[in-house]
Amino acid sequence: MSIVENVEKSMQGTVDPAKADLNHHAATIATEHEAHPDHRMFGLIVFLGAESMIFLGLFAAYLTFRVVYPEWPPAGTPERELLLPSINTAILIGSSFVIHNAEADIKNNNVKGLQLWFGATALMGIIFLAGQLYEYLHLEFGLKTNLYASTFYVLTGFHGLHVFLGVCLILAVLWRSLKSAHYSEEHHFGVEAAEIYWHFVDVIWIILFVLLYLL
Amino acid sequence: MTQVKNAPVAAVASVHETERKWWHFFTFSTDHKVIGIQYIVTSFIFYLIGGSLATAIRTELATPAPDFVTPEVYNSLLTLHGTVMIFLWIIPAGAGLANYLIPLMIGARDMAFPKLNAVAFWMIPPAGLMLVLSFFLEAPQSGWTSYPPLSLMTGKVGEGIWIFSLLISGTSSILGAINFLVTILKMRVPSMGIHEMPLFCWAMLSTSGLVLIGTPVLAGALILLAFDLLAGTAFFNPTGGGDPVVYQHMFWFYSHPAVYIMVLPLFGAISDILPVHARKPIFGYKAIAYSSIAISFLGLIVWAHHMFTSGTPAWLRMFFMITTMIIAVPTGIKVFGWLATIWGGKISLNSAMLFAMGFIAVFVIGGISGVMLAAVPFDIHVHDTYFVVAHLHYVLFGGSVFGIYAAIYHWFPKMTGRMMNEPLGIIHFGLTFIGMNLTFLPMHELGLLGMNRRIAFYDPRFTSLNQLVTLGSYILAVSTFPFMFNAVWSWLKGKPAADNPWRALTLEWQTSSPPMIENFEVLPVLTQGPYDYGMTHGSTEADPATETPVLSGSPSA
Ligand SMILES: [Cu+2]
Repeated sequence: MSIVENVEKSMQGTVDPAKADLNHHAATIATEHEAHPDHRMFGLIVFLGAESMIFLGLFAAYLTFRVVYPEWPPAGTPERELLLPSINTAILIGSSFVIHNAEADIKNNNVKGLQLWFGATALMGIIFLAGQLYEYLHLEFGLKTNLYASTFYVLTGFHGLHVFLGVCLILAVLWRSLKSAHYSEEHHFGVEAAEIYWHFVDVIWIILFVLLYLL
Repeated sequence: MTQVKNAPVAAVASVHETERKWWHFFTFSTDHKVIGIQYIVTSFIFYLIGGSLATAIRTELATPAPDFVTPEVYNSLLTLHGTVMIFLWIIPAGAGLANYLIPLMIGARDMAFPKLNAVAFWMIPPAGLMLVLSFFLEAPQSGWTSYPPLSLMTGKVGEGIWIFSLLISGTSSILGAINFLVTILKMRVPSMGIHEMPLFCWAMLSTSGLVLIGTPVLAGALILLAFDLLAGTAFFNPTGGGDPVVYQHMFWFYSHPAVYIMVLPLFGAISDILPVHARKPIFGYKAIAYSSIAISFLGLIVWAHHMFTSGTPAWLRMFFMITTMIIAVPTGIKVFGWLATIWGGKISLNSAMLFAMGFIAVFVIGGISGVMLAAVPFDIHVHDTYFVVAHLHYVLFGGSVFGIYAAIYHWFPKMTGRMMNEPLGIIHFGLTFIGMNLTFLPMHELGLLGMNRRIAFYDPRFTSLNQLVTLGSYILAVSTFPFMFNAVWSWLKGKPAADNPWRALTLEWQTSSPPMIENFEVLPVLTQGPYDYGMTHGSTEADPATETPVLSGSPSA
C-alpha cells in the first residue's frame, strides 16, 4: 500500500481518506485554486518580537551602565529639559489612538476616513521627529560627552529611525489608498501592519522616555 | 468526476511548462528548493575558504616560532577562520537544509514568504565576500569574539567590515528564522499534527526561536561597537568610561545560543537519518522533540559561562555553572534516544549512516568536555588554552560538520535525483574521522599542559604534539577532495535515484526526485507517522520496501 494517499487539493480541514469519497464534491470546488492562507500578520508579529529583542538588549546595556556607574547621570551632565520631550511623548501616544480610528473606518469600507486618520498620524509622527531634532540641536551635551550622553543619542536616534520608517510606512499606505479599491473591508493587511508597527514604536518610546528622562 | 480528474492534469501541465534549468540556481529564485541548494553550495564554498585558513594556521603552528606568517597575519587568519566557519558555513548550511527540507517534510508547496526567503539568501554572498576580501585590505585581528578594547585598537577598516558583514548575515538569519517559524507552525498539511511532524522540524522550530531571540541582541552589541569604532563613543572602551564586560554579556547572549543554532538543525537531521538506515522507529519521539525546546530555553540562560575569567561575581558564576550543567540533561536524552533507536536495528553502513553514527561518537566527547568546562574551577584553569579549542571543535566539527555531511549524503538523491558514490563516501568518512580525531584529540592534552590558544608561537616543549595536530589537519584537508569529486561527479553523471531510495517514510520521499516545482502534484494526506518503520498499519505491512509509493491524483487510486 502507499503510505501516503493523496486526495484532491483540499481547501481546509482534515480529509480522512475513508471519507474522501464523500468529500468529492466539496473537493472539486476547492481544486479551482488552492487556498493561500495569509500568514503575513503572524510573520509581522514574529518580526516585531525580534525587533523588540534589539531594544531589550540595548535597554539592558543601558541599565547595566547605570547600575555599574558610581553616579548617574555622570557628574557634569547638563540638566535635561523635560517640557519638550513630554509634549513629544503626548503627541506620539495620542497618535496611537488616532491611527486606531483608521482601522475601524476601513472595516466599514470607509477609505476617506482611513486617509484622514493616516494623514493625521503621519503629521503627528513628523512633528515628533521635528521635536526630537530640535531637542538634539539645543542640548548642551554631544554624542561623546559621556556615557549617558552616548546612550541617550544612540537610543533615541535608533528609536527615531523606527519612527521615520513608521511614517514612511504610513505614507506608503496613504499613497496606495488613493488607488481606488486598493483597500477594502476584507483586504487591508497594509493598514493593519502599519498600525501595529506604529503601536510598537509607541510602546518602545514610552519605555525609553521612562528610562532616559524620568529614572 | 471529470472535473475531479481535470485539476491534477492541469497541475502537471503547468509543472512541465516551468522545468528547472541549471541557471535558475544563479537567479533570485523564490523556490525554496533552489534557495536551499544555493545556501548549501554557497556555504560550502565558504567552508573551503575557512578550511584553507585553518590549514594555514596549522602550517604556522607546525613549528614553535612564527616563521610561516607574521603574528599579525596569524591573528587575521584566526579571526577570519572563526568568523567564516560560524557565520558563513555552519549557520547558512543549516538554513539551507531547513529551506530545502521543511516545506517538503510538512507537505507545503513553498515557504510562507518566498520572496523574503530569497532576500535572506542573497544577503549572504555580499556579506561573506566583504569579510573575505577584508583580508587583502586590513583584516580584522581580534578573534571571532572581537572583544573591546582589543577590537578598537587593531585595524579600523577590517574591524568595521567585520561588524557590517555580521550585521548583514545576522539580518539574513533573522529573516530566515521568521520564515521557518511561520512555515512550520502554519503550513503543515491538515492531517499533520504537531506531533506528527519530523524531528528535523522540531529542531528548526527551536533553532528559529533562538535566532529570533539571540541575534537581535548581537546586532545591538555590534551597533554600539560600531559607534565606539567609528564615531569615537566609549560604550565599551574603558579609557572613555565604558564597560567592556557589557559587550561580552551581549555578545555571549547570542553566541552561546549560536552553538545550538549551529548544532540543533543537525540534531534534527540525525534524528531523521538514524531511523531510516536502522529500519527502526525513533526511540522517544516526544522526548527528542521536547528536549530541543528545552535546549533552546536553557541555552538562553547559560551565556556567562564564557566569562568565568572576566571578573564575573562568584554568585553569578554559580548560577551559570549550574544551568550549563543542566543543559547536559536534554542533550543526554537525545543521545540515549539515538542510541536506543539504532540498538538492534538492521543498520546499513552507508555514508549517511556512517557520518550520523560518527556524529554521535565525536559529539559526545565534545559534550563531555563541555560539562568539564562548565565547572568554574576547571574553566578558570584551562580557559585560555587549547582545551577550549579542542572542546569547541568536537562540538562544531564533530557535531555540526559531521551532521551536515550525513544530511548531504542522505538527501543528495532527493535534491539532485542522483545517487552519490558509496565507496568514495566511505573513504571520505574514514579520512574525516581519522583526521578529525588526530587534529583535535591531542589539543585536549596541549590545553591541560598549558598551551595558550590564539597565539602564533608556543613553548618548544609542545612541538611534537603540535606536529601531530598539523598532520591531522592535513588529513582533514585532503578528506574534502573525495567528497567534492563525489558530489560534482554524482550530480552530473551519478546513478539516477529512485523517488525513495532509502525506503523512508517522511513526506519529502513521497514525491519525485528531484521534486517538481510545486513539490507535490496534490497535497499528501498522512496515513501513518514519520517513523513507523517495521510497524504494521491496518492489515498491511507498513514498510514500503516492496512497493513504490503511489502518488496519484485520484483518491480512489
Ligand atoms: Cu557557551
